[in-house]
This record gives sequence, C-alpha cells and structure tokens, in this order.
Amino acid sequence: MSALVKLEDVSKRYGDAIALYPTNLSVESAKTTVLIGPSGCGKSTLLRLVIRLIEPDSGSIKFDGKPVTPDNINALRRQIGYVIQEGGLFPHLTARANVLLMARHIGKSQEETHNRLRELSELTRFSEKLLPRYPLELSGGQRQRVSLMRALMLSPELLLLDEPLGALDPLVRASLQKDLKEIFTRLAQTVLFVTHDLAEAIYFADEIVLMNEGLIAQKGTITDLRERPADRFVSEFINAQRGIASV
Amino acid sequence: MNRIRKPGKQERFESGNPESRKSKQFRRFLVFWLPDFFLIFSFVPAFLINSSSAADVVIGSKKFTESYVLGEIAKRTLTDAGIPAEHRQGMGGTIILWEALRGGQIDAYPEYAGTIATEILKSDSTLSLDQIRNSLEKLGVGMTAPLGFNNTYALVMRRSEAQRLGIRAISDLRKYPDLKIGLTHEFLERQDGWRPLRERYGLPQQNIIGIDHALGYSALANGSIDVKDAYSTDAKIEENDLVVIEDDLQFFPKYEAVFLFRSSTRVDAIAALRRLEGTLDQTRMVRLNAEAERTKNYARAADLYFERSAGSPHALNDSFPRKLARWTLRHLQLAGFSLLLSVMVGIPLGIVASRGGAVGHVILGFAGVVQTIPSLALLALLVPLPFFGISLRTAVAALFLYGLLPIVRNTATGLQDIPRALRESAVALGLSPIARLWKIYLPIASRSILSGIKTSAVINIGTATLAALIGAGGLGEPIISGLNLNDHVTILEGAIPAAVLALLVQWCFDLLDHVLIPKGLRL
Repeated sequence: MSALVKLEDVSKRYGDAIALYPTNLSVESAKTTVLIGPSGCGKSTLLRLVIRLIEPDSGSIKFDGKPVTPDNINALRRQIGYVIQEGGLFPHLTARANVLLMARHIGKSQEETHNRLRELSELTRFSEKLLPRYPLELSGGQRQRVSLMRALMLSPELLLLDEPLGALDPLVRASLQKDLKEIFTRLAQTVLFVTHDLAEAIYFADEIVLMNEGLIAQKGTITDLRERPADRFVSEFINAQRGIASV
Repeated sequence: MNRIRKPGKQERFESGNPESRKSKQFRRFLVFWLPDFFLIFSFVPAFLINSSSAADVVIGSKKFTESYVLGEIAKRTLTDAGIPAEHRQGMGGTIILWEALRGGQIDAYPEYAGTIATEILKSDSTLSLDQIRNSLEKLGVGMTAPLGFNNTYALVMRRSEAQRLGIRAISDLRKYPDLKIGLTHEFLERQDGWRPLRERYGLPQQNIIGIDHALGYSALANGSIDVKDAYSTDAKIEENDLVVIEDDLQFFPKYEAVFLFRSSTRVDAIAALRRLEGTLDQTRMVRLNAEAERTKNYARAADLYFERSAGSPHALNDSFPRKLARWTLRHLQLAGFSLLLSVMVGIPLGIVASRGGAVGHVILGFAGVVQTIPSLALLALLVPLPFFGISLRTAVAALFLYGLLPIVRNTATGLQDIPRALRESAVALGLSPIARLWKIYLPIASRSILSGIKTSAVINIGTATLAALIGAGGLGEPIISGLNLNDHVTILEGAIPAAVLALLVQWCFDLLDHVLIPKGLRL
C-alpha cells in the first residue's frame, strides 16, 4: 500500500483559534478515506490544506512523494479534483463549459475532450442533452453530477469531496451515493471525502478518520471505532449517530 | 429673424484626418472592450492630436456680451490685416483668461484697466495706465492704449422702485436695510467689489445672494432682488428700464477697456490691435452691446463696428440642425472619449481596490474625493496646470476623473461579492490568477461593472455641458450662450438634446447588457 498524500505535522490556526493541531495523515492510493467529525473539528480545514486553498502554519504536505510548494501547486491542482457542497459551478458558463474549462485552458484537443465528456456523462449518469444548460437551469443533484464531471475531467489522481451530498434531499442523495461508490470502484480512484454523516462515512470508507477539536481522535475501520474506541468521545460520537439512525 | 449666434467656431476640430494611423491603432484597441458602443468614438483621437490651434493668433474673451463683442472685433481686425486669427468665446472669468494668456493658450484678450490693477497686479485701483503698462511688461504682457470707453462697475435698480424710494445715490441705500441684493460671484469676491464698497458706504443690508450676471437681470425684473451689480455700458440697463445708482463717494475705479497681449505675439498683430485704440466711445459700445443682445449674434455686432451691414462672410449661416449635429457630435466625443479613459483606468483600479488593504482604501478614497469636488471647481483647478490650460484636454480630463468613481467602486464591489465557494473553485481547478480574473471573476462581476459604466456615461453626458465654459464646445455651448443672453430658447436648444442624449445612452447600455452580461447570469 502506498500513500498518495502524506501530511507531516501540519497545523493551522486562525488568530487565536487553533483549527488544526500538528497532524499526520496518509491518504492511501485507490482507497476512500473519509474525514468525519462534528462541525469545527478541522475536517474541512484539513481538506483545504491539501489543495492549498489555505497555507499551513507548520509541517509539510507531500503529493506522490514530492513536497507541495507555492511553485508547483497549480500544476498539482490539475491532478486533483475538488467538489464542494454547493457544486461551485460557475453560473456564467454552461454545464459543458464548466466541465471543459480546464481542458480548454491547457489546450487539450477537441477530439480528446469530446470523447472524455461522453465517457463522463455516461459515468455520472448525466444526460448529454442537459450539457448546454446553465447551472441555474439544473437541479441540485444534476449540479453535483456536473461538478463531479468537472472534477474528473483531467483524470485526477486524487478526488477531494467536501460534503458533496450535504445539500441534497434524501432520495437524490441516496441515488448519488450509489453512483459515486460505483464510480470510485470503477476508476480505482483515490478519494478524500469529508462528511458529518456516519452512515455515509461507513458506506464509502476504506478508512475512517474521526476528528475532534483540531485533532484526529481515531483512525481505522468502522469495526475498529465501534469495538475499540480510543476514548470517550469516539464511543459517544458513534453511539449518538447510531442512536438517531435507529429511531 | 435670424437666430444664429456663434459663427464659425472650432471647425478645425472636424477637419482633422479621421483615419490617421494612430487612430487606427487606437480603434483596434477599442474593439477589445465594448466594441459596438465605442466604435462610434474611434475617430476621437484625431481631434485631440489637432487640439493645438491652427490659427496664428488666438483671441480669448470673458463670459459676458461686451467681451464677446470685443473679441469678435479683434478677430475681424486681425483677419482683415491678413493674420489668421481665432476667437475662443466666453472662456471664463479674469483669472482663467489671465492664466490662459500667460500659459500661451491665447495671445490676446480684452480687459479693463481697473481689473488689471486690482485683480491681476493685486495693487489698488489708483495705479496709472503707465504704471500698469510697466508692471505688465515685466510679466511679458503688453497692453494697448484705452479703446475709448469706460466700463465701470455700477449698482442698478428698477427705475420704478428707485423713484418710489427716492434712491439716487449709493449713500441712499443706507436708509433701506431690507433691500435684497443679488451680486455676481466675481463682484462678491473682488478687491474692488462688494466688501470694500459696503465698508466705504456703511451699507446695512444683510440679504445678499450670489447670482449669475444674466440670471440676475431676470431676478431683478421679477422682484426676487432689488439691487444688482452691472457694467455701465451694459445694454440691459436701457432694455430693462433700470437706473444706475450714482457712485457719490467715487468708490468704483475707472475701467477703461484695453487689449492685453503676449509680448511675443507677432508684430503685425500687435499693430493691428493698436489700431483699435480710441475708436470705441461709450455710446458706440452700448450700441454694439445692444445689437449683440438683440440679434444674439456677436459677429454681427462686431460688423457694426466696421460699419458694414450683416451678411459678412464671418457670420457663418449654420442651420439649426447643422449646429445641433455639430454640438451633439462634439458632446459625444467629449463624453465618449472620457468614458473610454475612465473604463480603461477604472476597471484595473477597481480590481486592485477589490483586494482591500491600504491600497484599496486609498484608491476608493481618492475616487470618492474627486467626486465631491464641484465640477466647475475641478475645471478651474485644472486650467492653470501646464499640460491642460483652456483646451479639450482639460474637459476630457475632468470628465474622466468624474467617471472614475462609479466604475472603480462597482468593479471592486462586483468582485468582492463573488461567493467564496466560486473563488475557491476557480483556485482549486488550478487556473492561473490571470485566467481566474478573465474567465471567471470579471464575467461574474460583469453586471455590476457594466452598471458602473452606465452610471458614468450618464453622469458624463450631463457634466460635459460644462465643457463649453472652457471653450470645448458640445451641447453646453447653447446653454452658456443662452445664460449670458438670458435667452431661454437658446438654453433649451442645448438642454433638451443633452437630456435626450442621456436617455439614449442609458437605453443603449441597457441593450448592451444583453450582449455583454453572460446569459447564465441573466436567468
């Protein structure tokens, strides 16, 4: 097993508030790693540090063995797909233009992008007929599918998902969960997935990383967390979510 | 009745070659941004390049009838002597004319001895003509001998009112502290103006307002004011049945009319101006002034001086539609070119300002401060600067500065209002900063930026009417003339087209929204 992304003693603070204590984490290739925890636990901060939307205060992040620096970050970002809760689609561009934006920017051939687009709409079950529409003309679920296509366009090595299904209604959410899982398996995709929903984490995760107040509370499979909780917080978190789910 | 007032002015601007290489390059640049709208203005640089005068001698005049007439007379005299001359009419007050003379934008203009002594030499009005001439010589300025008439300041009242109250002399005003007095702004501020006059006579009136000279006559006629300042050769005194109140303490100095000229002016031109010395007595000047006011045509009044009837080649008989076309074209050139500059400078400044910080605050603060300067004051501030002077440049520069704020502010706000999720998505995709700006941020902010440009355009169309004050033309020309002549029809000839133009521009920009704002943002 090899680590695609490696965080070493990475920390981040905002003024006096510590968002992330010095943290070590490996994201394994072709696996889905899920970051979970209550609001403000630092899971989104960690994700945003990986794609360098924020600069770490200390520590280093290695991507494929190479340290990430301000010089190589833009090139690295093209090997990373990023999907956020509201999709982050650009409203002035059609679904097609959103998906093709980067490919066109770096000068990929028409034929290549065209084929890739067809592949992706099949993969994400997004009708090609909807491609000329603008984001405002699409439903929430459709927007997330387009956002996923955009993230996968350049066949990224790493896919970062920040609560990608958080704003969807339960039916749409369930069908997208199923599709996403299929896609990850089919592409043998390395995924770092942030959610606050334990059921979702269990569904996707090869490894669950439970965080609390800027620290990793425990790493492992759901069985590890359930049967060998590292501390009281871990067992409370697992039980609280299970409690609601069983009502 | 022939109602043409401003003959043959500034044709030289239109005669420039509109397809010079520079303007072609410029056009290519324009096509880059707002293509449809700005193509109209692509010939503008040609006239700016040509804005230095083609005539050998440029005569200036102040913003009142007599000065216009004297300016026309000087122009005719020079032209008749075979010297190409141009007359820039109604450029402003004493200081603007003096600065223009010193700065070389004009070569000569009519002035009054008393004004030279007090306003220009900052001395008192007892200076003799020789003393004045010697002082001016040191400044590189020459002066003709008096033209023959003395146009001193005077206070005037309605004849009926003066008789009813028994007022003959200024001393009599002391008995009526409730009289309302309306004075020109220049008279209020002058060294030999209202303040020392009030002191000398011990006048008790508190109800003093500042009012434009021509408007003051209307105010006097309808009773809004009872007393105003005037020039003793003013044709309006007879016309409006007013009386001059006697200056019984001999407060007002002598205002003998002369021409001032730059000492470096060509000798034959100076000689020609000198031929005017002693040729204009009081009666004759009053008659010329009355003729100018009656016919609304300064050149025609000047013709009278040469004792020729109307119809000289100098009175260019423009039809109203042709004049309107010329004014409107110039107006659009002024507003369009300054708007273009505002866009080219304002959007980059807005981008920088959107990042906040000290620099952003300085930019927004500067643009805001400029906006608070009254437009007249801004023109007056620019005129004495070496590069500007009395020129189109000054008008364009002032309009450009006024157009900045809405564009800078709307660009900055539009960019700042982009949701964080969209900004971060653009960063996370790996787009370079430039690509983010061009492909993502600016298109998303386009509605806000365009609405800033629209605001600037409408403001510029309105403010450009003031450009006529410094001889830059446009629809302000009939408005200023009309104000000077107290002729409402002439004012409306400029005011109505200016208002229509503003509406049209607004409408054009509304159409432009559909072209330039991406469809996805208009859903």
